[in-house]
Amino acid sequence: MLNLRLALRSLANRRLTTILTIASIALSVALLVGVETVRRGIRESFAGTIRGTDLIVGARDGNQQLLLSSIFGLGAPAGTITWETYQRWASHGAVAWTIPLSLGDSYFGYRVVGTTEAFFEHYRFRNDGRPTLAAGDLFEDDRDVVVGSEVAARRRLTLGDEISLTHGLRGTGIMDHDEHPFHVVGILAPTFTPIDRSLYVTLEGVEAMHEDFIGAAPPDPALVSSGPLLSSFLVGTQNRFESLKLQREMNTDTSEPLTAILPGVALTDLWHTIGYAEDGARIITMAVVVVGLLGMLVALYSTLQERRREMAILRSLGAGPRRIAALLVLESGVLATLGAITGLVVTYLVLFVGRGLAERHFGIFIPITPPGKLEWVYVGGVIAAGMLVGLVPAWRAYRNALQDGLVIRI
Amino acid sequence: MTEASPAVQLQGLRFGYRRGPLVLDIAELNVPHGGRVFLHGPSGSGKTTLLGIIAGVLLPNAGTVRVLGHDLSRLSQGERDALRGEQLGYLCLLLNLLPWLSVVDIVPLPVDLHPVRRRRLGDGAPRAATRELLERLDLAGFIDTPVSDLSVGQQQRVAAARALIGSPALIIADEPTSSLDADRRDAFLQLLFAECERAGSTLLFVSHDLSLGAAFDRQLSLPELNRAGVAA
Repeated sequence: MLNLRLALRSLANRRLTTILTIASIALSVALLVGVETVRRGIRESFAGTIRGTDLIVGARDGNQQLLLSSIFGLGAPAGTITWETYQRWASHGAVAWTIPLSLGDSYFGYRVVGTTEAFFEHYRFRNDGRPTLAAGDLFEDDRDVVVGSEVAARRRLTLGDEISLTHGLRGTGIMDHDEHPFHVVGILAPTFTPIDRSLYVTLEGVEAMHEDFIGAAPPDPALVSSGPLLSSFLVGTQNRFESLKLQREMNTDTSEPLTAILPGVALTDLWHTIGYAEDGARIITMAVVVVGLLGMLVALYSTLQERRREMAILRSLGAGPRRIAALLVLESGVLATLGAITGLVVTYLVLFVGRGLAERHFGIFIPITPPGKLEWVYVGGVIAAGMLVGLVPAWRAYRNALQDGLVIRI
Repeated sequence: MTEASPAVQLQGLRFGYRRGPLVLDIAELNVPHGGRVFLHGPSGSGKTTLLGIIAGVLLPNAGTVRVLGHDLSRLSQGERDALRGEQLGYLCLLLNLLPWLSVVDIVPLPVDLHPVRRRRLGDGAPRAATRELLERLDLAGFIDTPVSDLSVGQQQRVAAARALIGSPALIIADEPTSSLDADRRDAFLQLLFAECERAGSTLLFVSHDLSLGAAFDRQLSLPELNRAGVAA
């Protein structure tokens, strides 16, 4: 207790150095915890993009390509599925519901998704989140379009607006379906998933748009279908345990080659392939913490010379060299602790303030949770490392104390 | 430790810093128990070094040093630190106070550091003992003042209070009056004597100022005792 009091008073006496040292440690801890929180937010946003769906089914393709094209709106779908095949699987005994998806058109770079009301009924993201309307109604007619929140905000769309969609996934202009304009009938609430960057029309709408389209390549005669051609469809099973069996059945069916994937597994695989970036971020932030602690080492070490008198006074009062070393370890412990706690507080302040910004500009939903085990491990680690670093000036002060005696020899 | 055994007893003491020349070479020096001894020595005659040895901070190259009945060379580092903290009061010119502490924090430091010394205060808690001492040293109004705001004379008395608290058996004073003018110096000496008497402490007072010597029981001259040619 006495040691702590002496350490605190001595630190208070060197106020500016103390504050700067605490600030540098706080910043590094804030960076460490902040990066960790954002990383977790991104991961959770990512993993929560699709929930409740048991299988994603598309034309024969790579697993990740299918996931990217049908859920994230990235890349092009590999091929099409005939309406007959879709119907066959939709009526399979193990299937509870399906969501048909028809992709391939865009609006100023945003994906147009042809689907049915099943999408709004069965699609889930994060913890039981479902796409809901912020304004207007769902589509009914083949000229109706429901737009995602980001599309509406960026393109300044309001209910009743008339828009032309584009054939293909890129650009605007010569490939516009001007002959088949759509009316904005609904605007979705923000979900912080790719839904926000998509537009939803009926399957008939996609078909009608392409029928009206003049000047494109003639329809492929091989793709004669009694209904609209689909890119993929999502499946919810009666019983989740049947998912694997159904997946195998679909993957081995020879009538029309399909790829069926489990969303959870595919998401985890995809995260692993892009996850090395998070390791990089983590390594950099840890390096920042090391720099912060080295700053403290320099600050403590450089004051030792001017503090020899202080140490000699304590010696004259019967304080042993060990106590003097302990004082310095305690000082660095106090600095590291204050720095770590300040850093944690700063992180949460920034999170509260910056959360909306991250949602608006990056579409990342960052859940603010009380510091978890990992955060406390970081904070504890920084404090322990701080005390460890404090051993260096402590050892020096110990040596000084033994040599100086009661008079300081410089 | 009997009444008769000297508070400080040096025999055949030789000391030099690291590989440097001998600074001290003293055949014999005794400070009787309960005495007030004045040790005279000009600047650079090895006074502070000698006090460092008696305080148990520096170890002699040869000879025995007995302080309050303990042979310092037989004590460990920690035991010497404890002896110094518990039984010695060290008062000096240069080495003074921790400037950022206030008077009320500085004075009880020795008793805070050493439980044995604290117990000697008896019923009086450290704060009460501090208050009492400061009152007698005419510092009652400055209890919460940071030391850096005090005059030199006041600081010197705070240092004296810190050395005296918990009634150490031996007070070592190293030029404590050099920065005071003659009137204040004499007043300070009278205070110091009175407090040593009260606590039953032995006083070893070191100064270059010969005119102070008359007030003491016994006067010693370091240049006469020390056979090591310091100046040479």
